[in-house]
Amino acid sequence: MSALSTRDWLLSDRPASRRQARLGQAYRTWSHLRANKLAMVGLGIVVVLILMAIFANIIAPYDPIRGGDLRTERLLPPSWAHLMGTDDQARDIFSRIVHGSRLTLMVVALVAVIATPIGLAVGTTAGYFGGWVDTVLMRITDIFLAFPRLILALAFVAALGPGIENAIIAIAITSWPPYARLARAETLTIRDADYIAAIRLQGAGSTRIIWGHVVPLCLSSVIVRVTLDMAGIILTAAGLGFLGLGAQPPQPEWGAMIAAGRRFMIDFWWVATMPGIAIFVVSLGFNLLGDGLRDVLDPKGET
Amino acid sequence: MSVSPANEGGRWRALSILGMKVGKLIATVAITFLGLLVVTFLIGRVVPVDPVLAVVGDRASKSTYDAAYIALGLDKPLYHQFFIYLQQALSGDLGTSVLTKKPIVEDIARVFPATLELATAGIILGTLFGVPLGVWGAVRQGKLPDQVIRVVGLIGYSAPIFWLGLLGLLVFYAKLNWVAGPGRIDIAYEYSVTQKTGLLLIDTAMHGQWGAFRNVLAHLALPATLLGYFSMAYISRMTRSFMLAELGQEYIIAARVKGVAEWRIIWIHALRNAAVPLVTVIALSYAGLLEGSVLTETVFAWPGLGQYLTNSLQNADMNAVLGGTLVIGIIFVGLNLLSDLLYTVLDPRVRRRT
Repeated sequence: MSALSTRDWLLSDRPASRRQARLGQAYRTWSHLRANKLAMVGLGIVVVLILMAIFANIIAPYDPIRGGDLRTERLLPPSWAHLMGTDDQARDIFSRIVHGSRLTLMVVALVAVIATPIGLAVGTTAGYFGGWVDTVLMRITDIFLAFPRLILALAFVAALGPGIENAIIAIAITSWPPYARLARAETLTIRDADYIAAIRLQGAGSTRIIWGHVVPLCLSSVIVRVTLDMAGIILTAAGLGFLGLGAQPPQPEWGAMIAAGRRFMIDFWWVATMPGIAIFVVSLGFNLLGDGLRDVLDPKGET
Repeated sequence: MSVSPANEGGRWRALSILGMKVGKLIATVAITFLGLLVVTFLIGRVVPVDPVLAVVGDRASKSTYDAAYIALGLDKPLYHQFFIYLQQALSGDLGTSVLTKKPIVEDIARVFPATLELATAGIILGTLFGVPLGVWGAVRQGKLPDQVIRVVGLIGYSAPIFWLGLLGLLVFYAKLNWVAGPGRIDIAYEYSVTQKTGLLLIDTAMHGQWGAFRNVLAHLALPATLLGYFSMAYISRMTRSFMLAELGQEYIIAARVKGVAEWRIIWIHALRNAAVPLVTVIALSYAGLLEGSVLTETVFAWPGLGQYLTNSLQNADMNAVLGGTLVIGIIFVGLNLLSDLLYTVLDPRVRRRT
């Protein structure tokens, strides 16, 4: 075989192995995505967030929990020493925001990890079996959809007690219904396909068919949907934090930081403004990335 | 000419189909309502707070505690407890608030008009600006107006509403003094307004109290604009995509060929057809504003349902929290149902498909 460039190998229309085909597909998706400038900005923001979370100890110049001298370093305006100023406990706001990225990322990741499998399981089961299983599962889904998300999350947190873990559970419980609906719709289109019938004739059980052959096909649209929802998850978590029901002080959670800065908003604007900018930029990033991914992976989606 | 028997039969069939559809709708709503109650009931059971202690206090004697335990029905099996809860809820009894010592239903009836006024003002603003903006964006697809919508939408989807509210208060109230501060009305006017509907704008206008009316408006302006902005982001985006779908249809080409003026094609022909799905979108964002009000009301000290909920939450008043959650759930279901019905009324194609 003559010297093939990596790109030719990836874009070959006759992949020699399954791995080559998969990598080629990923490469095509990536080059589509790369053409979308806004999506790239979004991706950049998300990557920066992740790096910030990993290297928080190196990036943050001060301790996020222990403040400086309470007599001289409280509520200082932004300067070179304190990029975003200090708060009422003489803590450096920039350092707190950097460390807060860990909490934000943790919330997003855990909610996605908890809610996606629930949605997939409910949706594919309902779609695959149909009949009364479908009716019962979809009724339950509709009931969860009948509550506004933030309100239901509030009620759950009220019951479980405030705290970041409970906020994550509450948000996950309120997040899965749309994924279930989506997975069900996808399942309905593939459950009567010939290859499913072929697997069934080979003697595969329902569980095996669903998790081995239906779920993988629903995965990409559900993942796009989860990415699109991530901004919403961040905003809900920040909202819970703002109401005092999410992360508890002195944890550097962005929503809770806004709530803490609210009392002296008029004289010391930066205390509440800076964490708000952080939330805004990060959810903007996830929104841009999600929009771009939807355009690439799901051409049926809205314009 | 008399109606032929065949036609008569067709009408009966249509009627029975309609009857079945209404029956199914009622069944769906009933099941959803039951589901809402199950969810609030179950949330109420997992609370780590001992409901008996909340009633008798932690210094009650053993016998008082046991009496209250039985009076609350906690000795009965779970399904029996749910049955009691269901019975009470259906007769309009959601329990008593530990905080205000009043029935929850009474409390909610008192605070709800404030939320209703705010959300209604918000949705009116959102629709008034969102629909034309969306139409404009669809007509100028890819040009400047379209980009404006995109940016407006992105900010609306990404910014935390409570943060924008705080910034708004800082700039327009504290620095510029264009609007009034938190609250619904100045204390000076508070007891002079005769409350009839609970909607202060209407109450003051009805009694000709124009000073108070202006004051209410000044208080309402900022939170309503904020909620309006968030619904505008959604409405304009959806209007844009519905209009794009309509403008690509053949009847638009036919109208152009006939020589119909462009503004007529856009605002009369296309928008009228886009309006059908748009009604659903507006109803949904109206419901969404009720949700957004929880955070907005906290920021603006607005004495509505959202603030009632958060206050109850912070005081571990579970009855009030679950009652409020249930009421909001019911409103949500109601608005969804309403938008479904409006859809049928507005779109003859859906009607014929019955």
